[in-house]
Amino acid sequence: MNSTTLWLIGRRLGAGIVTLLIVSMVVFAITAVLPGDAAQQTLGQFATPEQVAALRVKLGLDQPGVLRYLHWLMNLLTGDLGESVSSATPVSELMAGRVPNTLMLAGATALVSIPAALVLGIGSAMGRGGRIDSVLSFFTLAMVAVPEFLVATLAVLIFAVNLGWLSSLSYASDISSPWQFMRTYALPVMTLCCVIVAQMARMTRAAVIDQLDSPYVEMARLKGIGPVRIVLRHALPNAIGPIANAIALSLSYLLGGVVIVETIFNYPGIASLMVDAVTNRDMALVQACTMLFCAAYLGLVLLADLCAILSNPRLRNQ
Amino acid sequence: MTDHPKRPELISGEESLRVFEHLNRGMSRRNVLHMLGVAGVAAAGAGSLFGAAGKVLAEDAPAAGTGKPGGRIRVAGMSSSTADTLDPAKGALSTDYVRHYMFYNGLTRFDRHMTPQLELAERIDNSDALLWTITLRKDVTFHNGKSLTAADVVFSLNRHKDPLTGSKVMALVEQFSEIKASGPNEVQIRLSAANAELPSILAVSHLLIVPEGTTDFNKGIGTGPFTVGEFKPGVRSIAVRNKNYWKPGLPYLDEIEFIAIGDEPSRVNALLSGDVHMINEVNPRSTTRISASAGHRVVDAPSGNYTDLIIRQDQMPGKSPEFTQAMKLLLDREQVKSAVFRGYARVGNDHPISPGARYCNTDLPQTTYDPEKARFLLKKAGMESITMPLVASPAATGSVDIAVLLQQSAREAGLKLNVNRLPSAGYWSYHRMHHPLSFGNINPRPNADVMFSQFFQSKAPWNESGWQNEQFDQLLLLARAEVDEAKRTRMYHDMQALVHEHCGIGVPVFISNIDGVDQRIKGYVANPLGGFMGYMFAEQVWLDA
Repeated sequence: MNSTTLWLIGRRLGAGIVTLLIVSMVVFAITAVLPGDAAQQTLGQFATPEQVAALRVKLGLDQPGVLRYLHWLMNLLTGDLGESVSSATPVSELMAGRVPNTLMLAGATALVSIPAALVLGIGSAMGRGGRIDSVLSFFTLAMVAVPEFLVATLAVLIFAVNLGWLSSLSYASDISSPWQFMRTYALPVMTLCCVIVAQMARMTRAAVIDQLDSPYVEMARLKGIGPVRIVLRHALPNAIGPIANAIALSLSYLLGGVVIVETIFNYPGIASLMVDAVTNRDMALVQACTMLFCAAYLGLVLLADLCAILSNPRLRNQ
Repeated sequence: MTDHPKRPELISGEESLRVFEHLNRGMSRRNVLHMLGVAGVAAAGAGSLFGAAGKVLAEDAPAAGTGKPGGRIRVAGMSSSTADTLDPAKGALSTDYVRHYMFYNGLTRFDRHMTPQLELAERIDNSDALLWTITLRKDVTFHNGKSLTAADVVFSLNRHKDPLTGSKVMALVEQFSEIKASGPNEVQIRLSAANAELPSILAVSHLLIVPEGTTDFNKGIGTGPFTVGEFKPGVRSIAVRNKNYWKPGLPYLDEIEFIAIGDEPSRVNALLSGDVHMINEVNPRSTTRISASAGHRVVDAPSGNYTDLIIRQDQMPGKSPEFTQAMKLLLDREQVKSAVFRGYARVGNDHPISPGARYCNTDLPQTTYDPEKARFLLKKAGMESITMPLVASPAATGSVDIAVLLQQSAREAGLKLNVNRLPSAGYWSYHRMHHPLSFGNINPRPNADVMFSQFFQSKAPWNESGWQNEQFDQLLLLARAEVDEAKRTRMYHDMQALVHEHCGIGVPVFISNIDGVDQRIKGYVANPLGGFMGYMFAEQVWLDA
């Protein structure tokens, strides 16, 4: 770590805070223009206008949007995420119940998908143009193209309904043994892997091939170094930057974008919480979820950039 | 019922409809069992539920001792979010109602013919349908050990009048001008105007009884058959058998885990893979998958739920009675029934009372698809070649498909309709009733009076078509106060005739509720109120495993 790196981290963190602030404003504005508000949503299709008006006053929805936003922002600075309108519980409590589930699913998926993607990507880069590469390319492209709801539904039909091996639902709270953990997480992890392994493997392949084409690799080859050593010792360290970025993007997707998988497997994670929040016009909860996604995304990208810098001696020692 | 050789394990829609209609006409229990055949006896389960139809407060002894105690089941509803609530006043969706009936009881409850039966009330007396005296059972305790008293009932009913409660039935309770305890176990309700239907109003899930002074409803303290083991909004709830339940021998199950799976194919998959024992809101398209499985069956529950074509009467072209009449003639009801709902529906006759329900007028001539007559009427109104937008949305069940069918049949009569498909969000507030032609969807209401008052009275806020009919309004008030059953029936028949002929509402079909149930679940009978046995399965079913 030197001053350049620290300066970069500091600048990034500063920019991150500004980004979060802008995102929160945009989200607040967009939620405000959606038809209906929390009072209407709570009271439903057949509420009387008097009821809606009374509830609006109770929830503070009668105040102008700018005031409500500033109020929310002030509370956030003191660490108070506010109260969820739809369930009358603190937002922090709702989040605390869901974040561990999301992290668990994302962690399990990362554990399986990253090694798989690296092996597939490096393997096809080494055998570029050969049979293995063509087969792997075909399958990874096919997996990118198939939507996840189809993969998930087919997997449930085969493994849960027809074969009866696995559970069609995933509960985060009912797990007491590693075997149960495997049974519960097998299908959602498999589905998510199908989506992200393909992306990461493609990126890895491209990054490694890019390095393999460079003069220093040719030099190494002329010196008579074996292909495995060339890739692992020479090419891969130089390809870490782009690979880390691809992994970071995929992981940020796991933290907030897996709503389809959560819906199909009835998994209580953070993405479905956010969908609920938008449906119920639950402003505090929408904001909290967005802030979390956005912060996780910025954090992961920052980490990826740090990886790239630290793996590059030129940048590291500048 | 031997004429269904293909799938003998399934009680088909038509069959259950026939039984349902006969029940409501007062068929004897023996005949019904005969109709259902041997296979149906188990499904019909609790035998004494077959009371004399139409008779308010008929004897309806609990069918204790028939089922097998014990067992744990998992049930999946259709929707769940952080808005899930255990406050009966706020109940918005089937998932809420199911939970409320697990943990609470009402003063009355609906039986299989939507006739109110006594529950926490031991007696209900009235003078001129204006002053009602309710005597409570004395042997009832809440889950926290407190005895049920009149004060609890007064609190439970009064809280709906406060707008801040956020009650879904505030309008219904406004007619209770005074609710007071006239004794430790006696409550008096004075109505602002006579209403003979009070017992059925008291049976709605929102008016379930909570202990006096409750502020935190997440504990679910009630008098119901189950106590709250766990309640996580948007995730799941676990109901644990209430050992001190006041109905001897009930409930049968030890524990019910209730979750929701929003995605319909996933819900069906969860049932078929054995992960859950019961699901509701099955798409008619999925019924063949369920009935093909040996371990599962489809339960088709005829209901009063309908999706209606709304023809605004306060603007052109609906202002023209010929146009309105022509639109009703252009609804191809049989096609809607078979193409949109795969037969899981019953043909409607442009009034809101479903066939087989109390007070349904079956003597009205059935409106049938007649493009020729429609063309003639349109020509007569000078509208033979107009183009109209038709607003539909997934929010109103099946309305987009019905709209497309209507567009096709309207072409036959020379009328051009442009189907305008709108998203669900904001549809109820900003689009239904705001266009000359749109679609609505109305869930079953506790009784004909509530249905007519909420959706057909001239001054009602949800008078969908905006029709004005003085005769109808007068009949509505007269019928409400009429304690003579025969006279009231006649008035309701006349009102249906008026709606059928003059109102701007086209009711193509009444949509059935379809549940998927594991064969090991016994005591499961359809209820017209809604899926999951009218949301009340928890107390009655048992697991035969």
